[in-house]
Amino acid sequence: MRGLFLFLILVLLSPEIVWADRIGDISQTSMMDQAKRFFSLKDPAVRYALLGSILLGISCGILGSFIVVRRMALFGDTLSHAVLPGVALGFMWNMSKDPVAIFVGATLAGIAGGLLVNLITQTTRLKEDTALGLVLASFFAVGICLLTRIQKISTGSKGGLDAYLFGQAASLNKDDVVLMGVVTVLAVLLITFFYKELLITSFDAAFAKAAGFPVALIQYALMLLLAFSVVIALQAVGVVLVSAMLITPAAAAYLLTDRMHIMLLLASIFGVAAGAAGAFFSFLSTNLPTGPLMVMGASLVFVLAFLFGPKHGVITRWWRRQSRSAQVQRENTLKAIYRVLEDREFEGEGVSLRELAENRRETIDEVRGQSRALKAHQMATLHDEGDSVHLTPEGWQRACEIVRNHRLWELYLTNEAHIASDHVHDDAEVIEHVLGEETVRQLERTLNHARYDPHGRPIPGLMDLKIGGQAAGGPMTVPGYGRPI
Amino acid sequence: MKNESFIPTFNWQEHVVTPWRDELSVTLWIVLMAFFVITSCGLIGNYLILRRMALVGDAISHSVLAGIAGVVVFTGGLQVTGLFIGALIAGVMTAVLIEIIYCYSRVKQDAAIGITFTTLFALGVIMINLKSGQVHIDEECVLYGEIAFVPLDQIKIPLSPALIGVIDGFPLASQFIKGGQLVVASDVLRMGIVMILVIILIWAFYKELLVSSFDSALAYSLGVNAKVVHYGLMSLLSIVVVSAFESVGAILVVAMLILPGATAHLLSARLPVIMGLTVLHAILSALLGFHLAKWLDCSIAGALVVAAMGLFLLAWIFGIHDGFLGKWMRKRKVREVFPEKIPEPVA
Repeated sequence: MRGLFLFLILVLLSPEIVWADRIGDISQTSMMDQAKRFFSLKDPAVRYALLGSILLGISCGILGSFIVVRRMALFGDTLSHAVLPGVALGFMWNMSKDPVAIFVGATLAGIAGGLLVNLITQTTRLKEDTALGLVLASFFAVGICLLTRIQKISTGSKGGLDAYLFGQAASLNKDDVVLMGVVTVLAVLLITFFYKELLITSFDAAFAKAAGFPVALIQYALMLLLAFSVVIALQAVGVVLVSAMLITPAAAAYLLTDRMHIMLLLASIFGVAAGAAGAFFSFLSTNLPTGPLMVMGASLVFVLAFLFGPKHGVITRWWRRQSRSAQVQRENTLKAIYRVLEDREFEGEGVSLRELAENRRETIDEVRGQSRALKAHQMATLHDEGDSVHLTPEGWQRACEIVRNHRLWELYLTNEAHIASDHVHDDAEVIEHVLGEETVRQLERTLNHARYDPHGRPIPGLMDLKIGGQAAGGPMTVPGYGRPI
Repeated sequence: MKNESFIPTFNWQEHVVTPWRDELSVTLWIVLMAFFVITSCGLIGNYLILRRMALVGDAISHSVLAGIAGVVVFTGGLQVTGLFIGALIAGVMTAVLIEIIYCYSRVKQDAAIGITFTTLFALGVIMINLKSGQVHIDEECVLYGEIAFVPLDQIKIPLSPALIGVIDGFPLASQFIKGGQLVVASDVLRMGIVMILVIILIWAFYKELLVSSFDSALAYSLGVNAKVVHYGLMSLLSIVVVSAFESVGAILVVAMLILPGATAHLLSARLPVIMGLTVLHAILSALLGFHLAKWLDCSIAGALVVAAMGLFLLAWIFGIHDGFLGKWMRKRKVREVFPEKIPEPVA
């Protein structure tokens, strides 16, 4: 923070310099030009950054899916911090930024961290979250000590190591991208070959053990792969944000599907999209870092999936609940209209709002709103300046269905479940809206096509639906109510 | 420069005695700051460990960056009060977002934590970069912190002459008196106030924290609002994190949230004892860490955590309650009573 403070003072003292710098940037190359330059892929730096982000998205997406469903999401976070001492030791191997030495060192440190977490949870009372946080912070601190030590004894050549902390996709070179490619291909191949084993140990470890799968071995193999992909991701997005690339695309995919292979596919697509978008937008302007932009891209996908996911989205579910309760409301109005008509033995046309309000025990205004909702759904027409409701054929049919469902269910509960006939109404009131045609047919067969409900009211049959439909609008004195088909 | 060996030879005089004899005004402030940070983090951390929320602490210490960046972007300055408010908002927002994600979707809590803090951290980094136009000068500071700068920023406290006279009477303390006023490092003063606040709050709400950490159903039936306790703890955590991270950095705050408590948990199962052990751990790791950093000439914050980890490892091996030694002794006692082989308990 003090650094920030000093820097801000610097900025305040020399605003012109900073400002001029930015304006200069913009006037030299406009955003359009930068975008064109990006898509032409002429710069090798752009090519490597883009390719690196894509490979990163794929490997993080598929491995992240497994750690998300295994509920070890923060294991990735711990690994990404725990590799830091390995990065430092790999650097110390010959005091240069040798990708292979750093890769080996980082992977070993990651594995050591993972094993230590397991050891702590197995031998002490400390819980997994404590063990994860403990290893994360301790290993990271050792790494910081080593890095500052390296900085003290070797001036200059440490430069590239900062990339591991904060990530610089632009600094990726050919060797790094080749390494990323090897790891990604390895991860994809291993997961394809051992898909069944991974799937079964992820979702039902006890069953997998009983079936003779080497659960612990698979766990460690997955950890190793995870360490690989964390290490290759470090350079592009940095220590803190690697876990985002592992967790966020996979969690977004988890919200969208129930099938593991689709989740893997979606997670890699999201990862690639986030990575490529991060690389693109950070190229547009000089002062936008790549890693955080990738993470924001992934988070945006997650937020969209969280809100609008077709099955589990919050707003989708809210909308579904709203339209469902509006539908239930309409069906209850239809039922009330039917009952008013039934009470006067289907004499006369239409139902006045007053009768409807009395039947539903509601105010005229409420009933007026409901009748308008019916009209909007072509279930009814309004006459006499909206004071009288006439059912359309569709409305009549639906009203009959609802009443039939209600009374069939009441009868079923009384006859088959032996519930007292004055206790069945509330249950039927709920289920009448969700009974499907198949179930209704089955109920009718079970109840021997009964004609009357426990309260002695006739149950509308298929015939009524048809005849009633034809006769709707006219005087509905149609014979055959409650008759078997 | 490569001829210098990676691990310098240890010199008792140079690495332990000199800092206290010749550089007291620097050493004292650094060690005190470390002690204050570790104590306040450790005391709160105990509750995080008990509530299995150790990683929520991790999350909050990262997302505080977004709060600080937001304050810098919107107010353009760095007033202490503004920072505290920004950090408080960011911390509570993290806790709320985690709750929202895992209550309203089928994403589990661990993934919810990961998504929330990385997003807020990334947002903070982007905001800082947009503001300054230069990369990673600030995130670095947020991640490591630099405790070595603490003694530089000093304020004078006017005290009554009688009190000054008393302090002046001590041979070593006299160097903190300048012009009849007590000179104190301002960060240390602030952290000390935060530590006292933490201790007072824990003391005042000891019963509520205890019951809601161990048995939320009982807490509910006793009329303790677990939600209020939860968010209160999160707010306190945010305050501690924001005042601590400039000296030890976000990630090392995480270490200090977990390590003292974890060490104490291996040595005892009584909460008051654990609290005492946490403070003891804080004293030891502040002193050991400082001298380790002097010896190895590396980041002080890193060395503090390494020392704290060393104490944890000692407790893990030699702990009589939950360490390897304690388990072995208990097993031997059982052997004496039952010489024949007894079956291993099923895990």
